[in-house]
Amino acid sequence: MVFKGKVFKYGDNVDTDVIIPARYLNSADPENLAAHCMEDIDEDFADEVSEGDIIVGGKNFGSGSSREHAPLAIKYAGVSCVVAESFARIFYRNSINIGLPILECPAAVQATETGDQLEVNIDQGQVKNLRTGKTYQAVAFPPFMQEIIKDGGLIEHVKKELV
Amino acid sequence: MGMTMIEKILAAHSDQDALKPGDIVNARVDMVLGNDITTPVAVEEFNKIGVDKVFDKEKIAIVPDHFAPNKDIKAAEQVNMIRKFARKHEITNFFEVGQMGIEHVILPEKGLTLPGEIIIGADSHTCTYGALGALGTGVGSTDMAAAMATGKAWFKVPPTIKFVYKGKLKPHVSGKDLILYTIGQIGVDGALYKAMEFTGEAIDNLSMEGRMTMSNMAIEAGGKAGLIAADEKTEEYLKGRTQRDYTVRNADSDAEYEQVIEIDVSQIEPQVAFPSLPENTKGLDEIEEKIEIQQSVIGSCTNGRIEDLRVAAEILKGQKVNENVRCLVFPGSQAVYKQAMNEGLFDIFIDAGVAVSTPTCGPCLGGHMGVLAEGEKAISTTNRNFVGRMGSTGSEVYLASPAVAAASAIKGYIAGPEEVK
Repeated sequence: MVFKGKVFKYGDNVDTDVIIPARYLNSADPENLAAHCMEDIDEDFADEVSEGDIIVGGKNFGSGSSREHAPLAIKYAGVSCVVAESFARIFYRNSINIGLPILECPAAVQATETGDQLEVNIDQGQVKNLRTGKTYQAVAFPPFMQEIIKDGGLIEHVKKELV
Repeated sequence: MGMTMIEKILAAHSDQDALKPGDIVNARVDMVLGNDITTPVAVEEFNKIGVDKVFDKEKIAIVPDHFAPNKDIKAAEQVNMIRKFARKHEITNFFEVGQMGIEHVILPEKGLTLPGEIIIGADSHTCTYGALGALGTGVGSTDMAAAMATGKAWFKVPPTIKFVYKGKLKPHVSGKDLILYTIGQIGVDGALYKAMEFTGEAIDNLSMEGRMTMSNMAIEAGGKAGLIAADEKTEEYLKGRTQRDYTVRNADSDAEYEQVIEIDVSQIEPQVAFPSLPENTKGLDEIEEKIEIQQSVIGSCTNGRIEDLRVAAEILKGQKVNENVRCLVFPGSQAVYKQAMNEGLFDIFIDAGVAVSTPTCGPCLGGHMGVLAEGEKAISTTNRNFVGRMGSTGSEVYLASPAVAAASAIKGYIAGPEEVK
C-alpha cells in the first residue's frame, strides 16, 4: 500500500475529544463522524481535507477516550493514513483493528509541515517527504499485528480463526 | 525470576509459566465491558463475525451511562439498540436506568471485578479495576466485539513502572491528589505502553475508594493499567459482593521493573490540574491568581463513591454555594445514592444549594447535565480537562479532589478546604 497526500500537521497529545467531540457521539453514522472530524482542533479540516490526505501528529496522538469513533472519523473523512511521533495505546490498537493505516516515525514528523506532500509506503514503513525528497524509516509492526493488518482488521482476522 | 502483577495475570490467562515485556499473548478475559457510546459500534462489528452466540452471557457487562438517562433521540436509539442486543443474548449484566450507575463504580460494587482477573472494557477508564488487583484495561469497540465472540483478547506484555509512595498524607490530601501529582511528574505519556504499579505505605493506608481514584487515572499518564496489590482491605471490600472464587496475583518480591519511582507524599499539597492537560498540575500553595469558577462538578468514575461524597458534604455542611457557581453532585451508583441519602448527605447538599443528580457520566465529557458555555470555567473531580471536554472549546476545566471542588464551590474561586471556615 502506497499513499500520496497533502499533510495536515498537529502538535503533541491530540486527544480523541478533539478528533471527534463527545457531542457527536450520539451517532456512529459515517457521514456524521466525517463531518465533525478534528472540529475542536481545526474547524476547517472537514472542508479542506481531500481523499488520500495524511494527518501528521506529534507525541501521544489519539490520547484520552477509547472511542473508536476517532479513528473511524479520520478514516471516513478520507484520510489515507496517520503518521505520528507516537500513538496513545488504545488509539493505536483501534486503528489496527479497523484498518486505518498508521505509522510511528518521529524523524518524518519533525521534518514535515502542513501542506507538504508525503508518500507513505505502509508495507515497507517508509515515509517520503516530496517537498524535501527525504525518506524516513518508521517503527515496524510486530508480526502478529502485520497479520491483522493483512487480514483487513480484527473482525476479518477473528472470522478466519473461528471458521 | 519473579513477575510483576501484569505479567503474572497475563501468564495465568494464557497458560504460560512466565512472561516478560514484549511477549505477545492471546489471553482469556473474565469480563468484557461496554457503554452506550462504544457498544453500538461493537454490536455492529460483532454481527459481522457471524457467530450466533456470545462466548459467555455472564461475562459481558453493558452499561448505558454516558448519555443515559437518554439525553436526546439519537442517544435513545443507541441505548435501544444495545438493550435489544442484551435481551437477545440474555446478557446478565445489562444495567437499565434505575439499576444503572457509572460503569467503573458499579462493576466493583457488584463484585464483577475480582483480584487476579482480566477485564477489558470499551472505555478508557477500565483501568479503575487495577485498584482491586485486577488487570483492567481500555480497548475499543472492535476489541469488545471480538472478545464477545471469542472470550479472548491480544495483549503485548508491557514493562512496568513501580511507584512507591512513602510517608503520611497531609490533611485534605487524597488519592486524587496523589495521582494528579504523579501525572504532573511523569507527564501524560509518561507511562505510554506501560503498566503502573502503585505501592508503599501511603497506598496501604488509602481506602478502596482512594485506590480506585488512583487506578482510574492511570490512562491519563498513558498507562495500560494502574495496579495495586490486593490486601486485607480488598478482601474486606469484596465481602458480600461475590460468590466467585478468585486468585490473588500480586507481584513477586523479585519482579523486574523498568523503573522505580519513589514519592514522598508528606510534602504533597492538594493538587489542581490546569487546562488543558492532566499533567498541568500545581499544588494549591503554588496558585497565586484568583481563578473564578462558574461550575463545580463532584462525582464521576473517578470521584463518585461514598467517601468522595462524604468529604464534599463535610466541607459544604452549613455553608452556601457561591451565587456565581452551579455545584453539581453525581453519585456513581444507585447504592452510593441511597447510602448518601440515608447518611443525610443530601440534606447538606440541598441546604447548601447543590444540585444532586441521578448517576450519569453526562457532564464529564460535555454530554449533558452540566455543559459549559464559552468563557466559563469549572472545577471538577473528573479525570480530563482537554479542550472542549465539558462543553464549548472556549471553556476550561480544572481537575481536583472532592475537597477542593467543594471548597471552591463555596468561595466562587479555586480554593482549599482550609479557606472555608
